[in-house]
Amino acid sequence: MAERVRVKALMPPGHVRAPAYLRGKTGVIERRLGTFGNPEQLAYGHKAGKKHLLRVRFTMAELWGEGAEAPDDTVDAEIYEHWLEEA
Amino acid sequence: MPHDHHDHLSPSGHPFRPDNDSPLTYWQQMEIAVRELLIEKGVMTPAEIAAQIDAMDARNPANGAAVVARAWVDLDFKARLLADAAAASREMGFDIGPLNLIAVENTERVHNLIVCTLCSCYPRNLLGLPPDWYKTREYRSRAVREPRTVLREFGVELSDDMQVRVHDSTADMRYIVLPARPAGTADLTEAQLAELVTRDSMIGTGLPRNAL
Repeated sequence: MAERVRVKALMPPGHVRAPAYLRGKTGVIERRLGTFGNPEQLAYGHKAGKKHLLRVRFTMAELWGEGAEAPDDTVDAEIYEHWLEEA
Repeated sequence: MPHDHHDHLSPSGHPFRPDNDSPLTYWQQMEIAVRELLIEKGVMTPAEIAAQIDAMDARNPANGAAVVARAWVDLDFKARLLADAAAASREMGFDIGPLNLIAVENTERVHNLIVCTLCSCYPRNLLGLPPDWYKTREYRSRAVREPRTVLREFGVELSDDMQVRVHDSTADMRYIVLPARPAGTADLTEAQLAELVTRDSMIGTGLPRNAL
């Protein structure tokens, strides 16, 4: 099951752990990692809710288009559920 | 770019090193202030802080090398390592604290490379402190943009039919590469195999040493 997801193309202020170069990009879920404290709250010493964390695999073609060094190479990154939408 | 041994020598043969007696930065001062307050308020003792620093300094890439060598000689252990690298490391007796660790396997078709584009996340609790280049903006930005060029600069040449998988440590997991066992090592003991495993081979910027 290659479930396709897109990283939300948001640019909120403050501490987030969804890298800007992945925002708006589509990938497939590589594995689910369970739940972890939300870093966007932890970073400010707030009580953090648990969020599902997923490993998402992106192709270099998706990330860099024509300029990709090798289009079929991949980048895997851990993205929190609230940053993902169905693609 | 990236090797950490490109020191320029002075005419007298000593490596050049800039003075580091500039004023403390804001965050260095903040660290000292918080540490002193924690001691003053009895939250922790200087001995506990020193012990924690010693424990981190005692961690080094040899720990990871032992894990890799075990995976090379014991296929059941390798399966457990790939399923849960933290549990497998603890099984070998390494005190890695709360580390969440994923091992990614290099094969004839796949080469893995670890980076943290957002900061400098690294499996410190197993391998100790990261190399300085790992924390540079240059490595962090280029590893996801042009990994093959970066690998070439590290001396790793990959054929076109190999896939590169970059792993960006963006959140709670840390990563270790399980390099492929070098050819011609069938007769080596587990301890001899561990000596072939370099720090860079577990980051993906290097390969294990060849057996002599």
